[in-house]
Amino acid sequence: MTALSALIRRDIRIALRVGGGALIGVLFFLTVVVLMPFAIGPDLALLARLGPAILWLGALLASLLTLDRLFTADHDDGSLDLITMSRTPLELSCAVKAVAHWLAAGLPLIIATPILGLLLNLDVGATAAVALTLLAGTPALTFTGMIGAALAVTLHRGGLLLAVLVLPLSIPVLIFGVAASEAAITGPSSFGAPFSILCALSLFGLVVGPYAAAASLRQGLD
Amino acid sequence: MTLIDLANPTRFLALTARLLPWLVVATGILLAVGLYQSATAPDDYQQGATVKIMFIHVPNAWLSMFVWAVMSLAALGTLVWRHPLADVAAKAAAPIGAAFTFLALVTGSLWGRPMWGTYWEWDARLTSVLILFLMYLGLIALWRAVEDPSRAARAAAVLTLVGALNLPIIKFSVDWWNTLHQPASVMRMGGPTLDRAFLIPLLVMALAFSLLFVTLHLAAMRNEILRRRVRAMQMLQAQAGKPRA
Repeated sequence: MTALSALIRRDIRIALRVGGGALIGVLFFLTVVVLMPFAIGPDLALLARLGPAILWLGALLASLLTLDRLFTADHDDGSLDLITMSRTPLELSCAVKAVAHWLAAGLPLIIATPILGLLLNLDVGATAAVALTLLAGTPALTFTGMIGAALAVTLHRGGLLLAVLVLPLSIPVLIFGVAASEAAITGPSSFGAPFSILCALSLFGLVVGPYAAAASLRQGLD
Repeated sequence: MTLIDLANPTRFLALTARLLPWLVVATGILLAVGLYQSATAPDDYQQGATVKIMFIHVPNAWLSMFVWAVMSLAALGTLVWRHPLADVAAKAAAPIGAAFTFLALVTGSLWGRPMWGTYWEWDARLTSVLILFLMYLGLIALWRAVEDPSRAARAAAVLTLVGALNLPIIKFSVDWWNTLHQPASVMRMGGPTLDRAFLIPLLVMALAFSLLFVTLHLAAMRNEILRRRVRAMQMLQAQAGKPRA
């Protein structure tokens, strides 16, 4: 237990310090959202309608961008070997690393959402709905993305290959995340059903992601 | 003859060399019979002659999922038993599965245009099959991104098993969500609802396509084994030709 809490504190500290790169994700999120009005034009009504989708796409891309760092830095300085060989089960270590990554890179995205919602002409209720769905859905993105990150680090390939492998797996999260936020803002359909599925996807990812990542680390590292 | 005996590639090559001609002939005959039966099947009272697209579309769609299931079994063979032919089987199946999925999507959209009035609809069944297609392409990209085949095999095996979670979603998507795509009418509880005049040609075609897959898969596995031998020989030759330091 102390090993796991030490790991989580270490990961968060590294991510937030100079060279950590967790906050670059937020900056990227901001930039993507600011780019959108230039692409579709500064029509406030249209932006308000597309707002949830834009915020979700931005959060998806931003979390994809920071995933590269989940294992590569540890692999480069050798601490990944220590984690693999320690007595703590690798599955638990992977789960803890993913949680730390989400706390350092995913949570700031959700905190930034209200400001970005303002830029996209979303009212308070709509922004709260999007932030809530992001809170429920981004853990699923981290957990599925962790599988891709583990594969990428064993293959010494990152970047585009990681994106190609992870993006199809994240489509369900995107579908239900946007569906839940749309339902909360405009829709006659209920908010509860897609939101529960979103929570289920995150819990499911918590179970499957660490196992798959640990399997690929065990098989692939030599 | 068990699965372990086949671990010897030479034995596998010898066995498939004897098996393949028979498979090719059987596939040809079944395809001919199936196509003839499909062409002479009666028109549907609602859909007219377009119902015949079904005889191509449905077997392709079944095979697109079946091939991923085969790859998942091969992935287990790679990760659990380290069977040397398992990664060859998984690698050879990926492009074939991608082709079946692509054909299922194309024939489906060609059928959708006259029936639904649109080539594409973002409903659950179509979207999940499209995701399957993207995952096939990602898997092929993974195989091509890494030089060392055994290292690529283990990474691809993990990804294949994760992707297998999509299969039940595809199968039951038409029951779980209210979709434009029709619900299952052959493989369902309580027997098929399809009329016998359509069911028999469909099953013949499904069998023919399955045999086609087995034939193509075995041939592709042979090619892959030979390709690896050529690569090993080339590397040996390159090493032999290198001047001693």
